[in-house]
Amino acid sequence: MEQLNYILKRTLQIIPVLFFVTILIFVMMRLIPGDPASVMLGDKATPELLKQVQARMGLDKPYLVQYLIFLRNLLSFDFGNSLLYVVPVSQLLAKRIVVTLTLTIMAAIFVIVISFPLGYLAGRKKDRLPDQIIRTSALVALSMPQFWLGILCLLLFGLKLRWFPVGGWGSDWGEHLRSLVLPAFTEALATSALMIRNLRNNVVDVARSDYVDFARSKGLKESVVRSRHIVRNALISTVTLLALRIGGMLGGAVIIETVFALPGVGSLMVQSVFSRDYSVVQAVVFMFASLVLVVNLITDVSYSFLDPRVKLE
Amino acid sequence: MDPILEVAELKTWFFAKDSTVKAVDGVSFSIMQGETFGLVGESGCGKSATCRSILRLVHEPGRIVSGSITYKGQDLVKLSEEGMRKIRGKEIGMIFQEPMTALNPVLKIKEQIFESFEGMRMSTAQKYERAIELLRIIGIPTPEVRIEEYAHQFSGGMRQRAMIAIALAAQPKLLLADEPTTALDVTIQDQIIKLINSLKTRLGMSVLLVTHDLGVVSQMCDRVAVMYAGFIMELADTITLFSEPRHPYTYGLISSLPSGKERGARLEPIQGAPPDLGSLGPGCPFAPRCRFVGELCTRTMPEMREVSPGHMSRCHYIEKMAGIKGLIEPEGRAS
Repeated sequence: MEQLNYILKRTLQIIPVLFFVTILIFVMMRLIPGDPASVMLGDKATPELLKQVQARMGLDKPYLVQYLIFLRNLLSFDFGNSLLYVVPVSQLLAKRIVVTLTLTIMAAIFVIVISFPLGYLAGRKKDRLPDQIIRTSALVALSMPQFWLGILCLLLFGLKLRWFPVGGWGSDWGEHLRSLVLPAFTEALATSALMIRNLRNNVVDVARSDYVDFARSKGLKESVVRSRHIVRNALISTVTLLALRIGGMLGGAVIIETVFALPGVGSLMVQSVFSRDYSVVQAVVFMFASLVLVVNLITDVSYSFLDPRVKLE
Repeated sequence: MDPILEVAELKTWFFAKDSTVKAVDGVSFSIMQGETFGLVGESGCGKSATCRSILRLVHEPGRIVSGSITYKGQDLVKLSEEGMRKIRGKEIGMIFQEPMTALNPVLKIKEQIFESFEGMRMSTAQKYERAIELLRIIGIPTPEVRIEEYAHQFSGGMRQRAMIAIALAAQPKLLLADEPTTALDVTIQDQIIKLINSLKTRLGMSVLLVTHDLGVVSQMCDRVAVMYAGFIMELADTITLFSEPRHPYTYGLISSLPSGKERGARLEPIQGAPPDLGSLGPGCPFAPRCRFVGELCTRTMPEMREVSPGHMSRCHYIEKMAGIKGLIEPEGRAS
């Protein structure tokens, strides 16, 4: 019951934040010089034609009116039409969100597969060779820019070894997944490094704690001490960190999708910014913001399940 | 009476980058069946390291370097990890100083008691019944409710009780108690001391009590070893130790206690601070702080010598201390 109340309260708190986000995106888009009509028509358009197109797009109305229309549509979950493609934004998004979500999920799986075993190993072999190798590699991974790493992966695994496609999305799910491996790996590497460091330190702290010694003093098998006492306690904050990073990885999709030419929401946003497709950019940013807020909420709630000491209030 | 545990020439050293800390450096004592044996000393004298060595729970970079720990004819130092696992909990149990950190924060008390039954042929219902019974014996009210709770929902005294219940669940024959009362306030301390004393008789256990508190020693121990800088300095039965201390360090410890006899009498602290265990000289480690210090003391380490049967002291000048009285008269009980 308390948990339900908490979730309700937090959900209500999301609303003002999202409202602020709408103002921010609306103003920022209008601050960029040039509007969709002039971008579409190019330099040689006559002023009459420009006015005509602007009127058709509803850009001749005062800013406040434009904003209120945007807000009104939003309340009925209508993102309006793309100014460029002249199809509903929701239709554009529906296809592309699948790409971005699959990419993020695959990246999250990579993060878990890479960081959990390595973080644990480094923690248990503190200051010895495996720990030093893992720590140094994590530092290197963390300091590489993502787009550069993506290009390196493309060159090696795409062009040279031809294990994975160089870009695009393919036509069936087998191809889809194959084409996501490189971008998901690129996306996952920096976050993995962060998580390895976090998990390693947690394992080091937990392994020397009294309750692990106490568990051992009961005569428990080493495997039980490891799984029930060391790993479980060490993972609490690491899992929380992962949940927060998933929000960050959604944002990272903007770069990754552009590098790997994936038809996801991120690359849609980049294109739409260039073509000043106001309604699309507004919809995408709004969606990203909502996703991040929801992920944060889930993180906070899940934290109370992982650690009984945390009370939701 | 037979000894249940014999520690002989135990050395547990910690290997730091630039020095070796000899936390335990040749410690020998034995614990008799049904006895409470005390290990007393200041922080960092090696008493906890000795205690942890018995269950082989010494952390890196520490290691048992040499010596033997004989329990029921087996040398625990040489025992396999698997053999050691069978000793832990079932034969030798251990309780820790700080129950808040010794209980796993994310497991219910129930789960932590059940763990102690692991490897025994018991159904869940039997485990539950036994756990409730244990909590009741240990003095936890409404055990049916408390067993479903977590450590952070317990008060300090209750936590210590829960930890004792968990350590005793598999009915060990020897209980290692590493500063079991240090983290508790005085009234709770007294309750826990009485609890351990009554459980000891009830379960026929022997106890190794590690503490820095001579008051606790006087209430619990049959015999005591006083440790300093990794060595046992004096070993005697409790009454003898308090009435006729024959080592300057023990005498210093006793003199620093408030006696309650004279009003306005000043406490006498031991001057100076314990030495750095990483760089001890060849002589007696207590020499720089000793009021009886002689010229031999800084050059050679004294051997353990018998003062009277069962009373040993590691001092070159035991004779200088003849006739010195401790806190109590030889026949009396410690106050």
